[in-house]
Amino acid sequence: MAKHESITGKIDWFTVLLYALLVSIGWMAIYSAVYTDEQPSLFNTSLNSGKQFQWMIASAIIAFVILIIDSRFYITFSYPIYALLLLFVLSVMFIGTEVKGQQNWIRLGSFSMQPSELAKFAVALAISKYLSGLNVDIRKWRDKWKAFAIIGIPMIIVTVQGDAGSAVMFLAFSLVLFRDGLEPYFLIVGSSVIALSVLSLIIPKLTLVALLFGVAAVVIYFSRRNRKISLAIAGIWIVASLYVFSVDFAFNKILKSHQRDRINVLLGKEVERGKDWNIRQSIIAIGSGGVTGKGYLQGTQTKLKFVPEQSTDFIFSSIGEEFGFIGSLVIIGLFVSLFFRLLYLSERQRSKFSRMYGYCVTSILFFHFLVNVGMAIGIAPVIGIPLPFISYGGSSLLSFTVLLFIFIRLDTQRYETMR
Amino acid sequence: MQIIIVAFASLFLVRLFYLQVIDQKYDTLAKNNAIKELDVYPTRGLVYDRKGELIVYNEPIYDLMVIPRQAKNVDTLRLCELLGMTKEDFLNRFEEMKQQRGYSSYKPNAFAKQLSLKDYSRLQEYLYLFPGFYGQVRTIRKYPHRVAATILGDIGEVDDKAIDKSDGYYKPGDYIGKSGIEKVYEKQLGGTRGKKYVYVDVHNREMGSFGNGEFDTLAKAGDNVITTLDIKLQEYGEKLMQNKKGSIVAIEPNTGEILAMVSSPGYDPNLLCGASRGENFMKLLKDTLLPLYSRPTLATYPPGSAFKPVVGLIALTERVQPVDYFVTCTGVYLFAGLTLHCSHRHPSPPNIQYALEQSCNSYFWQTFRNIIENKNYSDIHDVYDKWSRYCNSFGLGVKTGIDLPSESTGNIPSSKYFDRLYGKTGWHSSTIISLGIGQGEILVTPLQMANIFACIANKGYWITPHVVKRITDPVTEQDVTPSHDKHVSLMDTQFFAPVIEGLHMVVEEGTARSAKVDGISLCGKTGTAQNPHGDNHSMFAGFAPMENPKIAVAVIVENGGYGAAYAAPIASLMVEKYLNDTIQQKRLPLEKRMMEGNLLSKYGVSINKTVDLNADVDE
Repeated sequence: MAKHESITGKIDWFTVLLYALLVSIGWMAIYSAVYTDEQPSLFNTSLNSGKQFQWMIASAIIAFVILIIDSRFYITFSYPIYALLLLFVLSVMFIGTEVKGQQNWIRLGSFSMQPSELAKFAVALAISKYLSGLNVDIRKWRDKWKAFAIIGIPMIIVTVQGDAGSAVMFLAFSLVLFRDGLEPYFLIVGSSVIALSVLSLIIPKLTLVALLFGVAAVVIYFSRRNRKISLAIAGIWIVASLYVFSVDFAFNKILKSHQRDRINVLLGKEVERGKDWNIRQSIIAIGSGGVTGKGYLQGTQTKLKFVPEQSTDFIFSSIGEEFGFIGSLVIIGLFVSLFFRLLYLSERQRSKFSRMYGYCVTSILFFHFLVNVGMAIGIAPVIGIPLPFISYGGSSLLSFTVLLFIFIRLDTQRYETMR
Repeated sequence: MQIIIVAFASLFLVRLFYLQVIDQKYDTLAKNNAIKELDVYPTRGLVYDRKGELIVYNEPIYDLMVIPRQAKNVDTLRLCELLGMTKEDFLNRFEEMKQQRGYSSYKPNAFAKQLSLKDYSRLQEYLYLFPGFYGQVRTIRKYPHRVAATILGDIGEVDDKAIDKSDGYYKPGDYIGKSGIEKVYEKQLGGTRGKKYVYVDVHNREMGSFGNGEFDTLAKAGDNVITTLDIKLQEYGEKLMQNKKGSIVAIEPNTGEILAMVSSPGYDPNLLCGASRGENFMKLLKDTLLPLYSRPTLATYPPGSAFKPVVGLIALTERVQPVDYFVTCTGVYLFAGLTLHCSHRHPSPPNIQYALEQSCNSYFWQTFRNIIENKNYSDIHDVYDKWSRYCNSFGLGVKTGIDLPSESTGNIPSSKYFDRLYGKTGWHSSTIISLGIGQGEILVTPLQMANIFACIANKGYWITPHVVKRITDPVTEQDVTPSHDKHVSLMDTQFFAPVIEGLHMVVEEGTARSAKVDGISLCGKTGTAQNPHGDNHSMFAGFAPMENPKIAVAVIVENGGYGAAYAAPIASLMVEKYLNDTIQQKRLPLEKRMMEGNLLSKYGVSINKTVDLNADVDE
């Protein structure tokens, strides 16, 4: 009892409160999204809102369990957990069920699970464990590759299973790597690659290559005395030009047509009518909310099913429609508070593992928030990923709960663990 | 990292502020998405005859609707059996629906249109076997008396022209009055549409009322129309005219109310309602006897001798001759090198009364000469124009203004017409002498003919003829009685008495003895309009009773020969029926003869044709 009390006292209740608030708001928003004139009960398990309530109870239980397990367990078993979940994710390819073109679901009785969601906390544990290891220096190439592998392997598996959206989310871990000292040129190269990809899709390829040649020529002219730089620039130009042509190939051959359309929508290119439906309806829903919103359960876009995937990917549009700018402000405020709190908690960790894990949690949550809300308001491509704690979905709620509560647990023991 | 978070959060908030607070268009876009304005159709007004008899009402029919998405596990066999279709028909029907514009498997589509109450109630018992199917009630017009088709008119789907003209009120698929009263009184009968605002979901399904119906407006039912028709008289008239081409127009003289207006051959107005409207319309349109043609208001004929009272009245009013003016009639009339023949031998008329009784052509040729050769006028144009004005004041050569969609003016040729034809100085009384006995260029409609006699019965005025007496709001029961103009003729009223006396003698002892009815003082004039295409048209126009006229009537039977042959007896039967409600025993053979009189062979039509037309009437 005494030990339990001591844990309760050390728990960061502010984070728990933010968590509880977001989950409750999510539950109400889900109810609103599936609400019809028949006014079903909030707990009706045939609806998403009722199911979500069951998941909330399950999450609470799991959170409790996590809190009573000694945090050293997670540190010790990081790699086994990682290995286990990789196997689990892999197994989907053999025993999984296909839902909306993505074979990444496992059906257990009436419940369906998305193992890729759960993989996130496993990667977080593994990468934290690796980075906190003695003699590991991310600035060294040998260690870089290992870190990249920990993140990259599940990412590749998930991509192969057809869930490119979830795969992209693993990029969140790169933030942690930068935090740990990964050189900024990765960021420069990374952003250059993204910029080139986008440009190659909106500008004719030959024009782009000519443009790049022009830039390279100017740079070479000014640094003509330094042969090394000139050669490097020329080399970069050749690589970039080849990349420009390969983007087109990747875009057309590797991406699925709906993914292509989503990128085209975002780039403002002409797409077949109706392809930009989701995003347009979502913007209309949010825009029509005005300052104060239409009132709870009064959103017409939501109620009348104009916005697809209302209770999952586009849950933010429901909140924006029914609670207006003020509601959006509150949600964004809650998330920003949570991120700041988590960063604050991370910084105060003595053990490197806990600090790294804290950054992982923050990065993952932030990335989801960024892409999900950005997509709902039309400034990020449509990627089917949930808004943490808010969106309907058992796997994602469980996964985020586990992710967060392991950190809360680590935090309670911040004076005990040194490494 | 904190900086990145704040930067993106700010970016989101700026974007949200723009979307939600600054840009107002999304509210409208959301409303356009979700709120649909639906029309609530009012019931169309009912139509009654002058005695309160219902003559047009609405009958419910049913469209069998289907929402294809919900149509699963349908007992197809049973449904096909009930609808009398084969399995192939059934599947074809679904294919047809899919071809229609705006098809959605979430929306109701009409699977079978216009099922009768009988068929539908049979179907209804089994409706539970056909998920996704349901009946939707509509109404069609029903005419229990099956007569007066051209007067009552019909309704049909609104055409593009009317849609453009209606300033957005009518939409494709709406029904609108197409002819007759339905067209002229569309505004009153049609009522006022209501509006209902409903939410629709992404599949365009109705999802409940918007704002609890706060913005909805109720449809206001169409006004009921009480016509001036005596539907019994109308039915009787149509019966008398069966198998004959022609018209009957009966007017109440002192009010201008049309009591009956028969256009023969007519058709059962029920033919142009319901599912087989299009097919029947084409059949009627192709009929060589032109049943769709409203003869009483559109067909024009030279009035013949029936015009003589007007000629007499003009001469008397112009003081070119007295009532006791004597004309020698030897059977021929020699004038300006012309030899004109009187229709039959009779003593020379000593006055206008006798001239009318015997319908003496010589007398009215002379009278017409007296009018045209009047030395008080500077030249023939002056006097002829005056003559035209006299005719116009009787409603001839002009529209009477009846409240029906189409009406012919008839023809009173102008002096300019003769100038064009003969040159300014090239025509004289002898040139246009045939006008004196209602022949030549002069043309009148049966309606105008009846109207002349209404005017004579009124001793000098006529009221614009009309078919609608009163319009009643079915809710407030407030009446609107349209007012009608009184037209005063240019005749000197003192001369109506001798002319009416003459017209009475026509029936008592003269050319229309066949129209004499014991106990009824009928006045009238026969006419035999020359017809270059075949037998003469039989005409009669008159009114009764002489002392206190209640009915003025004009009858034209095409190719019926002398006025006394068909027109006069038919007119007298109409008068007798209207005034006494029964036909005297001794006149029943005459009635029978008239009803059975069949002139179809003269129109080059086999008898079976019209029988066929009236055969497929369902109860």
